Amino acid sequence: MASDSVKLSKNLLRMKFMQRGLDAETKKQLEEDEKRIISDEHWYLDLPELKAKENLIVEEKSFGPCEELRYGRFSFKGFNPEVEKLMLLMNPRDETETKDEEDVSRMQTDVTDEEMALRYESLVESMKKKFAKKRERAAPEEEEDVNHNAVETTTKRKFLKPQD
Amino acid sequence: MFSGLKDKVGEVLLPGDEFSLETDDTISLTERVKPEKVVCGPGLRRSGDRLLVCKSGVLRHKQPNMFWMDSQQRRYVPAKGETVIGIVTVKSGDVFKVDFGGSEQASLSYLAFEGATKRNRPNVQVGDLVFSQFVVANRDMEPELVCVDSSGRANGMGVFGGGGLLFTVSLGLARRLLSPHSDVLSDLQTLFPCELVVGMNGRLWVKSSSVQQTLVIANLLQSCDTMTAPQRQELFRRAAQGAL
Repeated sequence: MASDSVKLSKNLLRMKFMQRGLDAETKKQLEEDEKRIISDEHWYLDLPELKAKENLIVEEKSFGPCEELRYGRFSFKGFNPEVEKLMLLMNPRDETETKDEEDVSRMQTDVTDEEMALRYESLVESMKKKFAKKRERAAPEEEEDVNHNAVETTTKRKFLKPQD
Repeated sequence: MFSGLKDKVGEVLLPGDEFSLETDDTISLTERVKPEKVVCGPGLRRSGDRLLVCKSGVLRHKQPNMFWMDSQQRRYVPAKGETVIGIVTVKSGDVFKVDFGGSEQASLSYLAFEGATKRNRPNVQVGDLVFSQFVVANRDMEPELVCVDSSGRANGMGVFGGGGLLFTVSLGLARRLLSPHSDVLSDLQTLFPCELVVGMNGRLWVKSSSVQQTLVIANLLQSCDTMTAPQRQELFRRAAQGAL
């Protein structure tokens, strides 16, 4: 076949099986031609390049950040304890007087943390005793031996084989 | 412009005054001129390169670069992020319509409450008071409210009430009550045990242990708007003594 006289079309040359035979230059040529066709099809504006001006002025529509407004719910003299807690949470924490105000705002019906801890401790003890096995309950509860002079022997009772 | 603005801090300005962005007369040749950013708050507007005053009032300044106009008004214009007290007017399907005193009613979705799902709807009735914040508030769209913050927690927002009294005051007084070292609030603190909710739309809700005390506090707050500080303290003292 006279391969020189027959001119192969570009589409044919672009196909995968033809790429192997081509040398590097023709490949580059083909790629460039393709890119040129694509970029010609793309439209673009023929205007001079405008630089976006850096905006130095920032607009802020709300008064909140301007005047550093606080949280909107208030409660005075312990009227609503939940709102008082919210006031402490939501307001900025740079006030050093809040610790004093906490004692004043506590109502008399409040239980302090220490009382709660004591009560919980005794509660745990009584619940533990309820579920203890009979043998453990029978053992003496108080530790009279403060100096730990007597060594405690805890022998687990094993099954005694009957002797014939 | 920054120096021009700083000179006028504390002065009364009228709409139409402008500050232009021109560099100062003396430009140092050794340093690069760094343009300073200016944050303009309510009452100031940007128009191209210039800063225009659009409300009459006193120019205020906060470090490092914030300026705004301090003016009096009673009509509220919604702004994003502000917490307001609204009244639920319509309950239709998935959305509540809330009246906050603006030009139109805001919408509040039923999912915008803490712990609300499609099955678990919040218990909101027509006529309830809600403490919520704006999430969409510009002049082109309908305002939208939510009763939850960006992480999904209520933070005290939502339906409140059950007794108490709702009344309106000027926006300036509401802002004065919310400012960090408020005199009015410290006077009120010593008076009666009470609960107060302040909305930035000028609405206040007060609840105290008896109806008379609630009314006294409401009247005090409404009347101390236009009083000077000594007059107000005198009034509060009389109220504390039980004369009112």
